[in-house]
Amino acid sequence: MTDDAVHSETLDTELARDHLQHALAQTWKTEPGFWGALTTVDHKIIGRRYIFTAFLFLALGGVLAMLMRLQLAQPEGRMIGPDRFNQIFTMHGANMMFLFAVPVMEAMGVYLVPLMVGTRNIAFPRLNAFSYWIYLAGGLLLWIAFALDMGPDVGWFAYVPLSGPQYGTGKRADIWAQMITFTELSALAVAVEIVVTVFKQRAPGMSLDRIPLFVWSMLVTSFLVIVAMPAIMVASTSLILDRLVGTHFFNPAEGGDVLLWQHLFWFFGHPEVYIIFLPAVGMVSTLVATFARRPVFGYLALVMAVVATGILAFGLWVHHMFVTGLPRLGESFFTASSMAIALPAGIQIFCWIATLWDGRPVYETPLLFVIGFIVTFVMGGMTGVMVASVPFDTQVHDTYFVVAHFHYVLIGGAVFPLLGAVYYWFPKIVGRMMSERLGRLAFWLIFVGFHLTFFPMHILGLEGMPRRIYTYQPDLPWHGLNLFVSISAGILALGFLVFFIDAITSARSGPPAGDNPWDSPTLEWATASPPPAYNFTHIPVVDSANPLWGQSGVLNVASGLRTNRREIVVTTISTGQPQARESSPRNSIWPLLAAIATSIMLIWSIFSPWAVVWGSIPVAITLIGWFWPAGTPEDDA
Amino acid sequence: MKQRAVLDLSRLPLHGLGAASVTWWGTLSFMLIEGTGFALVIAVYLYLMSLAPSWPLNAPPPDLLPGTLLTIVLLISLVPNILLSRWADRQDLRKVRIGIIVMSVLGIVPLIIRVFEFPALHVKWDTNAYGSIVWTLLGLHTTHILTDLVDTLVLAVLMFTRHGDNPRRFGDVQDNAMYWNFVVGTWLPLYGCIYWLARL
Repeated sequence: MTDDAVHSETLDTELARDHLQHALAQTWKTEPGFWGALTTVDHKIIGRRYIFTAFLFLALGGVLAMLMRLQLAQPEGRMIGPDRFNQIFTMHGANMMFLFAVPVMEAMGVYLVPLMVGTRNIAFPRLNAFSYWIYLAGGLLLWIAFALDMGPDVGWFAYVPLSGPQYGTGKRADIWAQMITFTELSALAVAVEIVVTVFKQRAPGMSLDRIPLFVWSMLVTSFLVIVAMPAIMVASTSLILDRLVGTHFFNPAEGGDVLLWQHLFWFFGHPEVYIIFLPAVGMVSTLVATFARRPVFGYLALVMAVVATGILAFGLWVHHMFVTGLPRLGESFFTASSMAIALPAGIQIFCWIATLWDGRPVYETPLLFVIGFIVTFVMGGMTGVMVASVPFDTQVHDTYFVVAHFHYVLIGGAVFPLLGAVYYWFPKIVGRMMSERLGRLAFWLIFVGFHLTFFPMHILGLEGMPRRIYTYQPDLPWHGLNLFVSISAGILALGFLVFFIDAITSARSGPPAGDNPWDSPTLEWATASPPPAYNFTHIPVVDSANPLWGQSGVLNVASGLRTNRREIVVTTISTGQPQARESSPRNSIWPLLAAIATSIMLIWSIFSPWAVVWGSIPVAITLIGWFWPAGTPEDDA
Repeated sequence: MKQRAVLDLSRLPLHGLGAASVTWWGTLSFMLIEGTGFALVIAVYLYLMSLAPSWPLNAPPPDLLPGTLLTIVLLISLVPNILLSRWADRQDLRKVRIGIIVMSVLGIVPLIIRVFEFPALHVKWDTNAYGSIVWTLLGLHTTHILTDLVDTLVLAVLMFTRHGDNPRRFGDVQDNAMYWNFVVGTWLPLYGCIYWLARL
């Protein structure tokens, strides 16, 4: 194969399969080495990075949790002082929500959605690279500040006036607020990419009713991000303004209002729960179908349930504010809507059970995590219905009952499916299988450890133990259960350790996976494991919701794409009819430079408002560099 | 897995225009994000207004002249903007070059008027919550105009280079024109908020 053949305007139909793959690999490749790593826009490399970084933050957040459990294992603990403890629980919450849970779900979408809809890269791949660097910078900002004893200490929702200029002296609250800006910026960028990828880059023939359920859930999640995240950006920006230039948004003495903060925060914060939960739901639907060996029961009902959950998610936020003395009628409305969201959740649970019931379930590790999820999430849902009731919530607000509840829904509802999803998609991403033996061990340690850790917290909460206390007195009736919880947390941590060991050793020496080890029905399994840079040699053509189950070993594909430029197919939104052959941007260093310029501006603006003026100049320069045409074949039209 | 070619794409255009363009959808998504942001800031305005014993708080209502003038300029700018979009649709390079220069000027004029709008509020951002929110509304929209102006200027330069005569650039011009319509559209509720709600 000569270079001329690579660079001429060859169509894929003119090349033999080997030559075609070589030409595509040349066009879509990421250069090896450091420079290639900085400039790549391959959604798989960026997705992998995202997932890896998010799990690193999970491990760090887990260490903080263990520190808290050590401190609380006995009354009058002296290991951690109150100030450090405030930083630790704030870091734990902020880290887990903003640096782990949301990014890891988006990351799975970044890796999987383009493969599952049968395209060659995510929409706006440079924005994707930018979003990762911004996310990394936000994570570094938070953790470096913590290492410098500047970690935020105002709780993960940073209520004013505690976080306002009067009480939150120093820069700790600003670190929190600006970390929010970083992570929301990256989440919004990914959301736009996923929406446009799902709308416009689906394989020919993939009409709306053939979209894989995980892709549906990422689509709805992305819309939630787009509508919810501006609220937290408005909130955190006005908090920084109050603290830096003396505005009065949250100052009641000058016409501001502290509850305004809670409204803005929870208008984002409640949908945030579904931003984490809905991708997990999509994972569960995917895993259930594959391991029950039949198409999922109630596809339409599941899609409608995901959409309904996404809409209802915006009508719940006040249930976080039941004890703030809002009007009774308003509280009743939010009680009703909070309970109503149990309906779509229930529909989904029944569809999954029906799928398993009617199928021939194969109980491998991914399915174990799904079953662990169903059990745990139903329990978390029950306590959710309990705290949706105002009188009960008034009793347990700010106690360990609430801590137990949200760990049940977040770990049970999102982390369990995520771990199942990792076992399921690891072979595709890495090309090697994870260990079934270690997987089962990890599952049982995590499942048992989780329940032993968090179930007793319900009781502690009912016994009146407030959350966020750094120690308690020996005459309170809490120490037995606290010791028990701390020991159980060790089991849970051990489970995660086994999981991490399994992932690391399997990545090095697991058995090769092959293209489709689970005999799954969706398109990501129609290509090699790990997929080549160009994802598919030919773009698949889809005629059912489970394309790999219907076609008895033969994949229908499209031909006629150019090989000398990065080319993707644009299709119509509803029916997936091809509209155009569109180019996809090449690798570039500009997203990294833009991310560095943006990070400097954002961090500088913690200290001076002029940062926004002067800092925006390098941002503008890097953005111009980013979008300026380079005269490559990608600019052809 | 064996593959069977069932569809030939080689006759499709090399670039999608309008709703067949991913950039168009991306622009729409960013408009949704920013639109939500503006709606929320207006909600904050209304929330603070509903709490206040009198509104505006300890300040006279803003002078109408600069804001109204700016509104008129923005509305007038829609005419050349829509023409520019049509010329781009027809890929008429000469007219697009003229149109984008006109739109660059019409991006600068509102910023000049804006300089007089801030003092016309008769309140500082740190006077009280009313001052904070009106400065934020005006500041956000100024950023909005400024962002689109920079985009327009870069595109204007690009249209005079060898990269200009390309369907992609005409698509960029159309997307930019669509975004300017949005910049004007979001101003109208903000204008109503800042200048007329304060007079109720």
